[in-house]
Amino acid sequence: MRSFTYARADSAADAVGRAGASGTAFVAGGTNLLDLMKADVARPGGLIDISRLPLDRIEETAGGGLRLGALARNADTAYDERVQTRYPMLSKAILAGASAQLRNMATNGGNLLQRTRCYYFYDTATPCNKREPGSGCGAIGGVNRIHAILGASDQCIAVHPSDLCVALAALDAVVQVRGPDGERSIPFAEFHRLPGDRPEIDTTLRPGDLVTSIDLPAKGFAEHSTYLKIRDRASYAFALVSVAAGLELDGGTVRDARLALGGVAHKPWRDPEAEAALIGKPAAPDSFRAAARVLLRDAKGHEHNSFKIELAERAIVRALSEAADRKGASHP
Amino acid sequence: MTAIPSIPGFLKEPNGPIGKPVSRVDGRKKVTGDAHYAAEFTLPDLAHGYIVSSAIARGRITRIDASAALALPGVIHVFTHENRPSLAWFDRKWKDDDAPKGSPFRPLYDAEIHHALQPVALVIAESFELARYAARLVHIEYEAAPHQTDLRANRANTFTPGKDKGGFEPPPKPRGNPEQAFLDSPVQVDAEFTQAAEYHNPMEMHATTVLHHDDGTLTVHDKTQGAQNCHTYICNVFGLSKSAVRVMSPFVGGAFGSGLRPQHQLFMAMLAATQLKRSIRVELSRPQMFSFGHRPETIQRVALGAERDGTLRALIHEAVQESSQNENYVEIVVNWSGQQYACDNVRLDYKLTRLDVHTPLDQRAPGAATGVPALEIAMDELAFKLGMDPLELRLKNYAETDPNTGTPFSSKELRACFRQGAERFGWAKRSPAPRSMREGRELIGWGMAAGVWDAMQGQAAAKAVLGVDGKLVVSSATADIGTGTYTVMTQIAADVLGLPIEEVTFCLGDSSLPTAPIEGGSWTVSTVGSAVKAVCDRVRSQLFTLAGKLEDNPLKGVAEADVLFADGHLIVRDDRSRRLSITDVMRGSGTLSIEEEARALPYLLARARHTFATHSAVFVEVRVDEDLGTIRVARVVSAIAAGRIINPKTARSQIQGAVVWGIGMGLEEEAFTDHRLGRVMNHDYAEYHVPVNADVPDIDVLFVEEHDDMVNALGAKGVGEIGIVGVPAAIANAIHHATGVRVRDFPITLDKVLAGLR
Repeated sequence: MRSFTYARADSAADAVGRAGASGTAFVAGGTNLLDLMKADVARPGGLIDISRLPLDRIEETAGGGLRLGALARNADTAYDERVQTRYPMLSKAILAGASAQLRNMATNGGNLLQRTRCYYFYDTATPCNKREPGSGCGAIGGVNRIHAILGASDQCIAVHPSDLCVALAALDAVVQVRGPDGERSIPFAEFHRLPGDRPEIDTTLRPGDLVTSIDLPAKGFAEHSTYLKIRDRASYAFALVSVAAGLELDGGTVRDARLALGGVAHKPWRDPEAEAALIGKPAAPDSFRAAARVLLRDAKGHEHNSFKIELAERAIVRALSEAADRKGASHP
Repeated sequence: MTAIPSIPGFLKEPNGPIGKPVSRVDGRKKVTGDAHYAAEFTLPDLAHGYIVSSAIARGRITRIDASAALALPGVIHVFTHENRPSLAWFDRKWKDDDAPKGSPFRPLYDAEIHHALQPVALVIAESFELARYAARLVHIEYEAAPHQTDLRANRANTFTPGKDKGGFEPPPKPRGNPEQAFLDSPVQVDAEFTQAAEYHNPMEMHATTVLHHDDGTLTVHDKTQGAQNCHTYICNVFGLSKSAVRVMSPFVGGAFGSGLRPQHQLFMAMLAATQLKRSIRVELSRPQMFSFGHRPETIQRVALGAERDGTLRALIHEAVQESSQNENYVEIVVNWSGQQYACDNVRLDYKLTRLDVHTPLDQRAPGAATGVPALEIAMDELAFKLGMDPLELRLKNYAETDPNTGTPFSSKELRACFRQGAERFGWAKRSPAPRSMREGRELIGWGMAAGVWDAMQGQAAAKAVLGVDGKLVVSSATADIGTGTYTVMTQIAADVLGLPIEEVTFCLGDSSLPTAPIEGGSWTVSTVGSAVKAVCDRVRSQLFTLAGKLEDNPLKGVAEADVLFADGHLIVRDDRSRRLSITDVMRGSGTLSIEEEARALPYLLARARHTFATHSAVFVEVRVDEDLGTIRVARVVSAIAAGRIINPKTARSQIQGAVVWGIGMGLEEEAFTDHRLGRVMNHDYAEYHVPVNADVPDIDVLFVEEHDDMVNALGAKGVGEIGIVGVPAAIANAIHHATGVRVRDFPITLDKVLAGLR
């Protein structure tokens, strides 16, 4: 491993202050960053250990929602009774990801910042604009079974691998950040970015920014929601396509809807038009399919992943159907 | 056919632990961390090596600049082709016991690059982390040349190999008139099948630790399936005397064939240890596990012609596989198709295409695991066209003798596998039409397939030392790659000499022990077990002779054949009160120890006139989501005929493990090559998928009774490979039954099913 400095932050302010030096990275659970350092993909000059900061609580917000501490473990979040009851799709999404051991280590903040699993990103002998800007994209015209069908650019077709983030996108979560210029809130839809011509940048965080919490609004779609993950084996695999779906029903009619896709883009994919297409419609497969088609209207496949377009449509119909059928809040 | 006399010394009736579900004798060591693997040995002067892998697939190195690496404090040396010492010149010096015809790969030999991830430099440093970091600072410039890695694009560019590798005969000449018979057949199946490249990926990555002793001798701890194979190789390559080096591999963390040939980490560690005169460890990274040996990608065609009653009239099986530029790796693939069913018009054809890849390597049931599934899917397709039960079709064309050779089988209880497996599975309740069984949104499919694998035997020697305390130590230079060799050899020895298991120790994985061949092909029980039995038979005779010299010998007047060895005693068979303990024989005769060595050979008289094979019938239930195409295997019944089962517990584990791999082969495993780069891209456990626990259902294994007194003195054929052979086809056939979608390309990922569900 390359040499790096290590410092333990004793407060959030200390962490942000220390992060001023270029090439530093925060480390908490380390489940992704340390792997990337061993593979020589991530090369931070210094690590700032934030794992002891008091940001690991899950607490009520004034608005009736929940504040998930950035350092709360994925497992503790998934099994939190309030999360399970009020935001079951989130709990289900977390438990669909990684392994029990990883969820015990990984933090919520870290989950937001995990890097893509694109083969080329991981193999330093191959081109990758995300790892080495300007080197080209290996996946375009290469092996791209797990790659994006939405929002990609001619520079990068990588996908964001998180399950948790797909549910957070659907729930309209807000990321609380503390930076050199103070605190600010980033709506989840604006937190991750599309690759464009700067695929090396995954998020809208600025240098020195520290994620302190993720706030969930009061509305959790507990009655009618689900998280559906489709992958190449039953466990321990990233999503080919995943769907976070939430419905608010009035009898058999959709009053409000949330729909986010994972495994298909550089960020969790949401489209207000697709959700609007559901409102006022009967909660039935035909309306779900119509919404899916809106969401996927610009989808574009590559050599090995075109199947994802139809798979995503079918998965959306299934997830919304399951959400609609659900009677009352359910545990994952 | 003349009667063959039963094999000399045949074990008619075990009287001890043979046939019992004895727990692994090395189990405690394994679960307590007391079993040590190749990368776990050390000496105070140990240095660490990290291999630099080629960034291109073909071409040559034009410049190597290691100065940045060497500038780091703690970096000891960087080995490249430019500074390597003089090594063996002739190809034969680089050959090993599993080498196919050709010129073996020589690491760091010259500037030429033959395949992606080829080892091009070795960095030696005081710590592993430093070596790995320094390896990234070695600057290498290449002049790339065009490469070919795409089998499909090169499928027309083939040649027909000969007998280019031990254990694999070229296909027999065509019999009858297969092309015409096919055209004349009222019912036909003619389809193409593909099998993706698979990598062995044992849990333990390949590693070698060379311990450099003060007297200049070397102890080499290597991950290998053949300590002596590696011993010979390094002595030849480095010009060392046999007595200066000892290769050890007492524990191996899975191998599946990947340890059959000496791999480059062994060469690298030896190079550094001999040059630097210190202890060295070299361990491959997980991506580097994709730098050697794999189950080759294969394109096949199977054409079957049949009468309307199901009688097979024509069988054509053609296969094209990849090999490297430097060696002819063959696994023939098609021969079992000519053996499995009675058919008068058969053509089997096997070809190779040279690609710019490393040489493929035997992987669990090499050839059969690729070829038999193609045949068994074609049989299922034929049954479907005929409107016949797939099991009935197989029984209809059951081969009583080996159609390839005309010789009888030494034993073949495949019918019993079909019958007992079907009964256990509940096959009779299958509704024949596709998509006719469901539960909610899950389509249920039941499929079956037959399997076959060779029951081979090699030559091996074993040594036995019985102490005055009645403790027995038996040894042979074989391997236990997790299969249970320690346990079954202990059982065989304990059984022959009537000793409790605890009194017997078996030693293996050491090149200084009596000769044994590489451990593979499911032949170790047959090969080494026979030697263990033979040497213990000798000890037994010795004990009987010594007993005869005692003054008050209770066995007086009794022939050796009428004496039982049980409970640590010599006992008169017909009067069990007349007995003498082994320790009394030893003490009474003043014998401190009995030492014997014996060699066992295949019983050629029988081998020449029979076909020896294990058989299986596999029944699978799959559940396929009718909208999403996701597939899960819900249950598996595997019925195995493999002669006498020495240990039903370890044998069951072997079959269960093989079924798990069969699920992987059927549904998940595939190395994705970027043909522009000539490089496998999913070279880690995250993206190269093998089954996880959640993919593995209840696996019900049953062993049918099979008596075989020609295979060897133990009557045991060996298991391991037979467990995988039928599984991928049974899964594919079950998917067809569930969905009506026929997928002929392994692995069957959900997108392939989804395409058919539209």
